[in-house]
Amino acid sequence: MQDVKTFRPKIVAFCCNWCSYAGADLAGTNRLNYPADVKIIRVPCSCRVNPMFILRAFQRGADGVILCGCHPGDCHYSTGNYYARRRMTLLFSMLDYLGIEKERTRVEWVSAAEGAKFAATMNEFVETVRQLGPNKRLEDLRCKK
Amino acid sequence: MNKFDKEQILHTSGVNVLKCMRCGKCSATCPSYDEMEYHPHQFVYMVEKGDIEKLMASKSIYKCLSCYACVERCPRGVEPAKVVEAVRLQVIRRQGANHLTPDDIPALLDEDLPQQAIVTAMRKYSK
Amino acid sequence: MQRIGVFVCWCGSNIAATVDVSAVSEALSHEPGVVFSTNYQYMCSEAGQNLIKDAVREHKLTGVVICSCSPRMHEMTFRKAVASTGLNPYMVEIANIREQCSWIHKDKAAATEKAIILGRAAIAKVHLNAPLTAGQSPVTKRALVIGGGIAGIQTALDIADAGFEVDIVEKQPTIGGKMTQIDKTFPTLDCAACILTPKMVDCAQNEKINIFAYSEVEEVKGFVGNFHVKINKKARYVDTTKCTGCGECTEKCPMKKIPNEFNLGLDNRRAIYIPFAQAVPKVATIDPDHCNMLKNGKCGLCAKVCSAGAIDYKQKDETIEREYGAIVVATGYNPIKLDQYDEFAYSQSPDVVSSLEFERLTNAAGPTGGTLLRPSDGKHPHTLVFVQCVGSRCSQEGKGKSYCSKICCMYTAKHAMLTREKYPDTEVYVFYIDVRSPGKNYDEFYRRAVEDYGVHYVKGMVGKVTPRSDGKLMVQASDLLAGEQMHIEADMVVLAAAIEPDKSARPLATMLTASMDTNDFFTEAHAKLRPVESPTAGIFLSGACQGPKDIPDTVAQAGAAASKVIGLLCKDQLTCNPCVAHADQLMCNGCSSCEKVCPYGAITYEDKEFRMPDRTTAIRRVASVNEAVCQGCGACTVACPSGAMDLKGFSNSQIMAEVDAICKM
Repeated sequence: MQDVKTFRPKIVAFCCNWCSYAGADLAGTNRLNYPADVKIIRVPCSCRVNPMFILRAFQRGADGVILCGCHPGDCHYSTGNYYARRRMTLLFSMLDYLGIEKERTRVEWVSAAEGAKFAATMNEFVETVRQLGPNKRLEDLRCKK
Repeated sequence: MNKFDKEQILHTSGVNVLKCMRCGKCSATCPSYDEMEYHPHQFVYMVEKGDIEKLMASKSIYKCLSCYACVERCPRGVEPAKVVEAVRLQVIRRQGANHLTPDDIPALLDEDLPQQAIVTAMRKYSK
Repeated sequence: MQRIGVFVCWCGSNIAATVDVSAVSEALSHEPGVVFSTNYQYMCSEAGQNLIKDAVREHKLTGVVICSCSPRMHEMTFRKAVASTGLNPYMVEIANIREQCSWIHKDKAAATEKAIILGRAAIAKVHLNAPLTAGQSPVTKRALVIGGGIAGIQTALDIADAGFEVDIVEKQPTIGGKMTQIDKTFPTLDCAACILTPKMVDCAQNEKINIFAYSEVEEVKGFVGNFHVKINKKARYVDTTKCTGCGECTEKCPMKKIPNEFNLGLDNRRAIYIPFAQAVPKVATIDPDHCNMLKNGKCGLCAKVCSAGAIDYKQKDETIEREYGAIVVATGYNPIKLDQYDEFAYSQSPDVVSSLEFERLTNAAGPTGGTLLRPSDGKHPHTLVFVQCVGSRCSQEGKGKSYCSKICCMYTAKHAMLTREKYPDTEVYVFYIDVRSPGKNYDEFYRRAVEDYGVHYVKGMVGKVTPRSDGKLMVQASDLLAGEQMHIEADMVVLAAAIEPDKSARPLATMLTASMDTNDFFTEAHAKLRPVESPTAGIFLSGACQGPKDIPDTVAQAGAAASKVIGLLCKDQLTCNPCVAHADQLMCNGCSSCEKVCPYGAITYEDKEFRMPDRTTAIRRVASVNEAVCQGCGACTVACPSGAMDLKGFSNSQIMAEVDAICKM
């Protein structure tokens, strides 16, 4: 068992190109720190994120997955974030049932102007996952090299 | 620069003096301005500079009415009255003694004395 | 197997200071498929681009990974560079190691490790990239300008000047906006009406410009080049084609006590009114909330006096549907409400006014005919106190705005100067926190107020205004430089209220899917390099809807927005985004799930003949994507139960490969 102090979680963040990816860029432009454990994958819209991607991340050893999209009503494609919200609500409760704690998964709305919110969200999310420790439930050991 | 006292004051008051944009609205709104040697905006600025001995030696810390008008009106949320109070506490702490302890109160009780005066006195004269 | 080249940018020291760039290019050179890996100081420079082009040719690269700044910054630059070598531009992937790595991490080892992982993810993705070709879509050669203030007027005039049709939608009965209410303009003191009204007339007379006044945008559909907009033209109860604007009806209307919005409630208007003499279009409007005929069916006086027979009590709202190629937002600003500032007694005394009200009180067309008189008793004021930054630069949530409203320093200097010029017997005090006067001839203007006109500028703030029973206003303020508290017996107090975006901007942004900042100002596509474009293609920004602005800045931005619109409307065809959905018809089971979630109606179903495994043929109903309409959100790809629907450029396998690369540590 890894020590809570030295444990560095693997966090996959899916960010919508129009809001949160730009928000993450703004966090960078303003030099707002958040842990290097967060790796961002750019998607055109939060509704592009297939539940399969999140399952795959956990299977491959991710310790937390966060999905960031535009605020309700502000979706670049009008309704994409509503689909994402519904899909993730279902997926996360299923994951919870499988033993992946609800705290390891999150949907957050971050606009292109909210660099500070992006950094704060990531700091808080990484800390939450760090406290939970490594994800053992869904990690597929066959995927380890 | 009095670093120790500055840090103590910042800690006890919980105020971030760097938020001040020096508009002077605190001093503009202060009802006991004319009684004070150092004014609310000067408290904030001098604590920022670490110029604290002068504040601690001044009678201004007892002239503040703790009416919180400056706290209410400050557009930056600096809360100057809390800084004044923290300087006052710093004086009391350095003297190593409270001017007023709860045990002293029964003897001092006066029927005409409003309750609030006792509360204010406790706040001003003990830590 | 792809032949991939990796190019790591130092971005000067922006990346190189926190990421060991040579370690990154070395580590990535061992990844499968990578045949070339290097690092260079500035990849986006000409030399850097040539480095990429040469490597593509020399090593016969089929895929390119660039580890640099955000793809939002330079994706297009690198795609163009790669395209010039003959390689498909969509074979480029960017690993963002600046905004999302070097700039946010301090520990060099951790940042380098992360940069390598981000590079690996990009390599994993590029392995699965396929060449994409962009489609074309036609452009409707007409622009829509939302808001008819000086920003909208200037944008419309400039677009029309280039020969394109423009429609202006204005929610008020007349165009002109805030500038019509202003008396003089700084720093030259031109009369606002003298420079604005000719432009308003130009708009009305220009055959390319169509003004929909007293109208609002109700619905926006479509995308760049092909917007479909519904405009609600509110009922004026006056036939605009018949009304001559003679004003006979406005004289006879018996409803006399309606606060006049144009003069900010400082005087009254009738229920049928023309906002001001130079209104465009100059036609009367009936206020349905106050008209006795519309409310109770009694009166009808205006119809009797109208010789043109223009009054039509039965008029209904009208919906207009039109197509546009580009939309310009010019919704402007409003001063904030001052009721909550009890300390300044704004709601207690009529002699405490906002700067815009003061503007009306000094305007020749205003309620006092241009003579400065106290609203309470109509007497000439002798002592005036101006307070700056009321509600601006306030970090307290709910008490004001965190930003500087930008225009107040200058208009207050103007008010103070003009007051002293017209009435030398007055004493004028201006309380300031900082005087902000950057701009051509701005600081000189402010200094003139002090040096030539004797305005008392006091560094400090007003803390309290108390109305006294004799009509005087007791002003308690701090003079920080003198170290004293001042008590002034003033006749009038003028508050320089913060400005905020118009309330209609937020719902409009939702309709346009254009992004806004936390203050409800529209966000520009890039703060420095694309200041008049919204991140949403085809939406442009003009004037104070993007941030506080004075008139010169607004006009400059309006012209810039117009030139961007002209650039767009000049094109006959637009290149579409090739990253669109695609249905694998062999896998499609015709369930219609994708059709239901598509916000653009880009998916249709067709009957197609397929050869079955048993060598028979069968007709099946399968999905087909209209690539010109699809915007590439990917909602359908997740809804599809059979996995037939995929998104080009962001395919399931590509994203999955990125996930794998990130999780494999």
